[in-house]
Amino acid sequence: MSKPGAIDFSTFPDASGHFGPYGGRFVSETLIGALDELQAMYSRLKDNPEFVAAFDYDLAHYVGRPSPLYLAERLTQQAGGARIWLKREDLNHTGAHKVNNTVGQALLAKHSGKRRVIAETGAGQHGVATATVAARLGLQCTVYMGAEDVKRQSPNVYRMKLLGAEVVPVQSGSKTLKDAMNEAMRDWVTNVDNTFYIIGTVAGPHPYPQLVRDFNSIIGREARRQSLEQFGQLPDALVACVGGGSNAIGLFHPFLNDSEVQMFGVEAGGEGLSTGRHAAPLNDGIPGVLHGNRTYLMEDEDGQIIETHSVSAGLDYPGVGPEHAWLKDIGRVQYVTADDKEALEAFRRLTRTEGILPALESSHAVAYAMKLAAEMAPEQNIVVNLSGRGDKDIFTVAAIDGIEV
Amino acid sequence: MTEQNRIDCRFARLRGEGRKALVTYIVAGDGGLENTVALMHQLVASGADIIELGVPFSDPMAEGPVIQKGHERALANGASLRKCLGLVRDFRQVDAETPVILMGYANPIQRMGERAFADAALEAGVDGALTVDLPAEEAGPLSALLAERNLRNIFLLTPTTSEERIREITGLASGFVYYVSLKGVTGAGHLDLDSVRDNLEHIRTFTDLPLCVGFGIKDGTSARSVSAHGDGAIVGSVLVSAVDEAADLAAAKASLGEIVSEMRQALDR
Repeated sequence: MSKPGAIDFSTFPDASGHFGPYGGRFVSETLIGALDELQAMYSRLKDNPEFVAAFDYDLAHYVGRPSPLYLAERLTQQAGGARIWLKREDLNHTGAHKVNNTVGQALLAKHSGKRRVIAETGAGQHGVATATVAARLGLQCTVYMGAEDVKRQSPNVYRMKLLGAEVVPVQSGSKTLKDAMNEAMRDWVTNVDNTFYIIGTVAGPHPYPQLVRDFNSIIGREARRQSLEQFGQLPDALVACVGGGSNAIGLFHPFLNDSEVQMFGVEAGGEGLSTGRHAAPLNDGIPGVLHGNRTYLMEDEDGQIIETHSVSAGLDYPGVGPEHAWLKDIGRVQYVTADDKEALEAFRRLTRTEGILPALESSHAVAYAMKLAAEMAPEQNIVVNLSGRGDKDIFTVAAIDGIEV
Repeated sequence: MTEQNRIDCRFARLRGEGRKALVTYIVAGDGGLENTVALMHQLVASGADIIELGVPFSDPMAEGPVIQKGHERALANGASLRKCLGLVRDFRQVDAETPVILMGYANPIQRMGERAFADAALEAGVDGALTVDLPAEEAGPLSALLAERNLRNIFLLTPTTSEERIREITGLASGFVYYVSLKGVTGAGHLDLDSVRDNLEHIRTFTDLPLCVGFGIKDGTSARSVSAHGDGAIVGSVLVSAVDEAADLAAAKASLGEIVSEMRQALDR
């Protein structure tokens, strides 16, 4: 329980969308009206019993929640320390935590009366999760995806097309996730009257970091309850990978006021922090402004955003959600890294020891959790967010192994 | 401060003459860093009243494809906020009169530091700044730093801006108000003149600041049409295209000269 005088994390962001100095609304004037409208609608609906019931119903019957909290016994043995529990977001419909958010935002889109949704996507998981809810609600759907990512992630491109979405390859800038987000913003600014923008992570202008967090907080609420049921106490540590940071904040947020629970966000170390070729703005970045919010960024000395590197497309983003930036500064969460090599090792290890193929994103969390477990006592408990399944990554891994699938 | 800024002087003069302002945008460093100052002088020689110098950014969220590519080319040519300030300093060696505004995005200014930027802008001979992704609620500190130095902070108003915000923004704005004529990115093609007229008349009831209209203005005819209801027209994408298509500096100057002269004549007709 929180101590008197401690920060009450449930009260953030403040009314103007700030987490300490981070967050806010750094967008062109054209979008302010739409953001005000979204904020007003969300404030009205978020505690409305009918809205909450509709969201809970969809999570139970469409997404397949609750997701299990699974004790990975053989992985625990191999790590040689604390017990490692996996929060199985990989078992959700569409195979990752992303759908928690798209189901929630789809309900908002329905309330807004707008018949068209747009999204940005990197690896394609958020694009698929958006195309999925759009198909279910009969909404027109356009997904922006960097041209480089379209090449790297062709199975997800085809899935989105099967679901009826239009996939637009983005040719500008570095042709990756950040450019897809720029292009989605440009679409939104042009079609703001009839279009709802479903942002896929806890970044973007206020109120997106808040509402994406709230929809994903089901992960932490379940994990908290399951921990008490399955091992009779709160976990000693939580571990989750951080790209934009939506799965991590979803797990962390319901525990933030529990000061005894340690938290570790694992950024993509890429080829190693010292090489500069990584995607770890919280470890090796600086505060700045991008995509509508103030947060830590990977940028050069002139304030230009630089290209990031990670074996995992879903972590390949130069920014991070503003709440993470704040949690880093105040020391509530420790942000660490796992590099490409460690993530690939963890991918293989979990697959062989538990029969679970993790997403390369989630493999970063598994890699760090094994190191952490080794330093902890056997009676302690670590909950790792297994944010997505790895089927989408078998081509990447095969290519690294020199195998043609 | 009571001392007049170049932007204010220019609008006062134009009002006295019963003329409309022609505001021209190019991206600093596009077409070569060494050529930007020559292009700025060409804009003035052909009849531009105010130069908006685009500060290139890696992620220009509000720009259409033409200006995005201009930013990419400029960055490839080595442009940066610091270099832009240097270009304005060079421009001022010859031209002490024409107002220059830096138009760009928040992050390069954040990286330099808002105070350092305001100091450097004053020292270089910049007259104002327009930061696309710094709306009124985030702009307070920079506005104050600019105002202390008698520099103007230009704000956007759009067809989606509420009455409450028009009041708030015109209270904070200085120099002139940049009215975005349409919902969309720069260079878009769906200009609705009736909506522009109605919105400008509405905004006019809140402020005496000059009102200039940008986005979707392609030639003398559209410039004249939008400025009929305001105090000036802002043109960007067609100039950036012209710089891109020109084979060398001489061709770029000729092409800019032709476009700007035609607009000037249409505005003065």
